[in-house]
Amino acid sequence: MIAIVDYGMGNLRSVQKAFEAVGHEAVVTRDARMIGDASHVVLPGVGAFGDCMANLDRYGLIDPVCRAVQSGKPFLGICLGLQLLFTESEEFGRHQGLNLIPGKVRRFPSGLSEAAGTVAAHLKVPHMGWNEVRVTQAAPPLRGIEGGAHLYFVHSYYVEPEDATMVSTMTDYGLSFVSSIWRDNVFACQFHPEKSQLIGLRMIRNFAEWQ
Amino acid sequence: MLTKRIIPCFDVDNGRVVKGISFVALRDAGDPVELAAAYDAGGADELVFLDITASSDGRTSVYDMIARTADQVFIPLTVGGGIRTTQDMRMMLEVGADQVSVNTAAVERPELIAEGAYRFGSQCITVAIDAKRVPGTTPDAPRWEVFVHGGRTPTGRDVIEWARETVQQGAGELLVTSMDTDGHRRGYDLPLLRAVTQAVEVPVIASGGAGSPEHLYDALTDGGADAVLAASIFHFGTYSVGSIKAYLAERGVPIRPVRPETHN
Repeated sequence: MIAIVDYGMGNLRSVQKAFEAVGHEAVVTRDARMIGDASHVVLPGVGAFGDCMANLDRYGLIDPVCRAVQSGKPFLGICLGLQLLFTESEEFGRHQGLNLIPGKVRRFPSGLSEAAGTVAAHLKVPHMGWNEVRVTQAAPPLRGIEGGAHLYFVHSYYVEPEDATMVSTMTDYGLSFVSSIWRDNVFACQFHPEKSQLIGLRMIRNFAEWQ
Repeated sequence: MLTKRIIPCFDVDNGRVVKGISFVALRDAGDPVELAAAYDAGGADELVFLDITASSDGRTSVYDMIARTADQVFIPLTVGGGIRTTQDMRMMLEVGADQVSVNTAAVERPELIAEGAYRFGSQCITVAIDAKRVPGTTPDAPRWEVFVHGGRTPTGRDVIEWARETVQQGAGELLVTSMDTDGHRRGYDLPLLRAVTQAVEVPVIASGGAGSPEHLYDALTDGGADAVLAASIFHFGTYSVGSIKAYLAERGVPIRPVRPETHN
């Protein structure tokens, strides 16, 4: 059974529906035992970093999430669910994360720019829309996803892992940032596979079939 | 490279899609869930639903419609219309919206933007601005006034000042509709778009006036918009999303290809 961790934030329904669309049942839960019994665990994320950490704590989910990461069973972090794994974030002041992955969460600096074909682009924050990934490591959920594939992003912050060997995709937005990481049983991504149409559903299916 | 987004918009009235000509004279253009699924398959980058009857009708039918859409459609959904509190925002996000759009309620109480941004993150909060050119202002120094209540009520507020204030409050994106060009299919209001995109750091969706692929190109280049929203040209089958994307790609605009990039 796939457990989607419900900590009272954002759009969990679309993550659940994406699993259903590829033929895998997933439950949305904040029950520590269900998360413990699950074969796969998903930590989604829409919201503000500080609020999300506070809610994880309020619902007693910090330990279950940390145990799931350390258990060896497939774990998927999405967007804020990637950022929460890190040591700390500078969103709305400084906030401590779960500290499962040493590193920081930083805001895109203002004044970024890049030449966009014939259009000189002044880059906006949040980074919002469909952008490409460069695959640097063939993480199991990325099977069948080619470099240059477009995925949906919506975020103002990006992760900086201390250990560069865990990077699995990079994306360019004025600067080159880490758009997903893979270490053992943990895959976590800044983009939203549940909102990235067929390519995203492919990734969701890959994750569900990851043993 | 980040691509420019093509966004079909659905004005929803009692669970059906309609589109006004300059905010009046509505025509029925179909069932929202069916349309959403078709646009998803056809290469739309995102969908926007604006519930134009929200303030006077019950919300239940809208929640149900969004939930049914989100079951089938795996691209971002933005929902606006009658959202007045963070509780309204939360309900929309829970049934399947990815972003909420606020308009009148934000003008009446700008702190709503900050509350939503703090609670759900700035990227969740789109502020929709209905703009009308102030009569008598000259083409070289144009000004626009903010209108609310679906374009019925003038506010006396300057659009550019309001745009800046919403971003200070935490808006993650602006959806700028020109009431002067909306529904006329003669092109977006480029001076308005240029003024707004130069004034703020957040993405801007251009709305109002699309009648041909060239109009979308102009908004994304000359107008500086990050995304273009259109309704009638898609709903009545004048152009497909795919044909517009092919046109834009041909002219050098970064676009997400319609064909999926996966292999086995």
